[in-house]
Amino acid sequence: MLSVKGLKANVGDEEILRGLDLEVKPGEVHAIMGPNGSGKSTFAHVLSGREGYEVTAGSAELEGTNLFALEPEERARLGLFLAFQYPVELPGVNNMYFLKAALNAIRKSRGEEELDAVSFMRRMKERLKVLHLDDSLLKRPVNFGFSGGEKKRNEIFQMAMLEPKLAILDETDSGLDIDALRIVADGVNALRGPQRSMIVVTHYQRLLDYIEPDHVHVLAKGRIIRSGGKELALELEEKGYGWIADGEAA
Amino acid sequence: MNAIPAAATTVENKADTTGQYDDLVNAGYEHGFITDIESDTLPPGLDEGVIRAISLRKGEPEWMTDWRLAAYRKWLEMPTPTWASVHYAPIDYQAISYFSAPKKKDGPKSLDEVDPVLLETYEKLGIPLEEQKALAGVAVDAVFDSVSVATTFRKTLHEAGVIFCSISEAVRDYPELVRQHLGSVVPPTDNFYTGLNSAVFTDGTFVYVPKNTRCPMELSTYFRINSANTGQFERTLIVADEGSYVSYLEGCTAPQRDENQLHAAVVELIALDDAEIKYSTVQNWYPGDENGKGGIFNFVTKRGDCRGHRSKISWTQVETGSAITWKYPSCILRGDDSVGEFYSVAVTKGRQQADTGTKMIHLGKNTRSTIVSKGISAQHGQQAYRGLVRIAGRAEGARNHTQCDSLLIGDKCSAHTFPYIEVKNPSAKMEHEATTSKISDDQLFYCRSRGLAEEDAVSMIVNGFCKEVFNELPMEFAVEAQKLLSISLEGAVG
Repeated sequence: MLSVKGLKANVGDEEILRGLDLEVKPGEVHAIMGPNGSGKSTFAHVLSGREGYEVTAGSAELEGTNLFALEPEERARLGLFLAFQYPVELPGVNNMYFLKAALNAIRKSRGEEELDAVSFMRRMKERLKVLHLDDSLLKRPVNFGFSGGEKKRNEIFQMAMLEPKLAILDETDSGLDIDALRIVADGVNALRGPQRSMIVVTHYQRLLDYIEPDHVHVLAKGRIIRSGGKELALELEEKGYGWIADGEAA
Repeated sequence: MNAIPAAATTVENKADTTGQYDDLVNAGYEHGFITDIESDTLPPGLDEGVIRAISLRKGEPEWMTDWRLAAYRKWLEMPTPTWASVHYAPIDYQAISYFSAPKKKDGPKSLDEVDPVLLETYEKLGIPLEEQKALAGVAVDAVFDSVSVATTFRKTLHEAGVIFCSISEAVRDYPELVRQHLGSVVPPTDNFYTGLNSAVFTDGTFVYVPKNTRCPMELSTYFRINSANTGQFERTLIVADEGSYVSYLEGCTAPQRDENQLHAAVVELIALDDAEIKYSTVQNWYPGDENGKGGIFNFVTKRGDCRGHRSKISWTQVETGSAITWKYPSCILRGDDSVGEFYSVAVTKGRQQADTGTKMIHLGKNTRSTIVSKGISAQHGQQAYRGLVRIAGRAEGARNHTQCDSLLIGDKCSAHTFPYIEVKNPSAKMEHEATTSKISDDQLFYCRSRGLAEEDAVSMIVNGFCKEVFNELPMEFAVEAQKLLSISLEGAVG
């Protein structure tokens, strides 16, 4: 699904990613953990094509397509989805209208027919049910005046509607209380499937109590320094990041 | 005298990322076609002889000719206003031809008699002249180069007692009504352009809605400037008698031209006791090329008089065209408990300049006014909101709410806000809110990461910004306005 090799990226003059390798197979859920400043969010942004980052070396391919040759919207149409750490407010833009436009832009690019209002509504209701969400968010402007929890839920709902091949969840757990965390995690779990891969970027282990990853990677100083199964996350929780960083130094 | 001039704010948006959006903003003007019809045109120039000739050609009564001449003599003494925040070379009023009429001896009795080339033009503009489209509830009094050539649905309106005709016809057929009201809201001496208009206006629209009558359809007039060098001096007069209601739509496009075309219209609205007038405009005149050459000068005076108690006048405008816009649709809230509203979206891009806003003059008790102004500037667009809210000494319990938002796209445009507030009654309640924002990179990236093209994202965000105003437009106009806005901002990303 996703193949990242020797990825290096700068913000300004500072090198943030320093040779990152990652292979994600279809249906797998990978957790990327690491201390603040390790490059977790940069990695998510570089993959989705945000401006302000310069890729200096390495490659990233989604199902064999070079992501770095594509605009952000082209990556999205290819099947990449980024759930934002801080979802952006769009005052006056109706949430439902936004989603319909996004979904149809993606469908159009794939030569599929645009969904009419009825099919769109049907799909929406179906996904709301799967995620156990009510439709109160839909009539409001995108993320505008949403609580932190509502914003994150809205991200997961968008993901459900857009059906990406690869979803990157950038610190989706930050700022959530335990109930909101559970709702979001349940949503993510409901969207797991053999054809959908996910990268869960998180600082804390607690999200992984609810979203069980197939692989856990520890990112430090722009490189993956340790990979393992879900037990690695528990070990980290217990011993802190210092333990691995020290081990690395030793 | 407690004149309180509110702080004028100026926001210049000049950052360091120059040229970034230029290539995206060069969407051409879609309605730039010219219809080839022989025109009956007076030679350029203006003197009393020209005014008499206009009056004669229109078969006007003597009082009308005299009214024009009086206006002309006053106009000669008036200075051109220079206070607006717009810049242009002086206009040579002797180089303008003041009359141009499509050649046809008698007025058409039905659509079959209308010049097919004209109909084709309407077709291109999407004007619903045909029967089935009019079933949608739109009656059109189409003004083409200053003379009405077709009117539909006179009959339905006639049955309701509503008069909807060209102002020339009104002068001929309803002289008392016209004589009583013409110039009573905007006197010829009001300003330089109203003086000129009063002297030379060639056509326009007259509406009279009788007592306790709800006009059975939305009235709509499409203006279209078509002859090179022919200034348009439209005159619109709408009178809503006691307890009546009328909604009037005005929409404009113009063909591409290489020389500046002056447009100095006057619109007068009169609402008597318990009457309501809703006046909506979508304006898309040729804005000039990317250097600002050749666009329309739109120097318009629009004013409504809430003459009766509990009357209401509501202006809604979407201004995307013209090289220069100078326009302040206003309300005089004379009757007690009368209500004035102004909802505006103005877009300036390329080298467009707009100085626009409103005046709310509170004279009656418990009068209320609402102002919602949304300004969007892109490329080198210059925009000023200029608004006056005046509460007279006897306007006990008057209230005003003003909201004035500017959205900047790119880094070479500017937005200025000049609110004037004069309060002479201590019971007044005034609110003024103003914001200036940019479409942020975060917003654009968010939309793009969901698969939306940059242009669609901008259009979506801008439409969201304007929503409060679009909500005030009649449904079919709102759709048109959104489309127009998207077309105008095609590529104006930032």
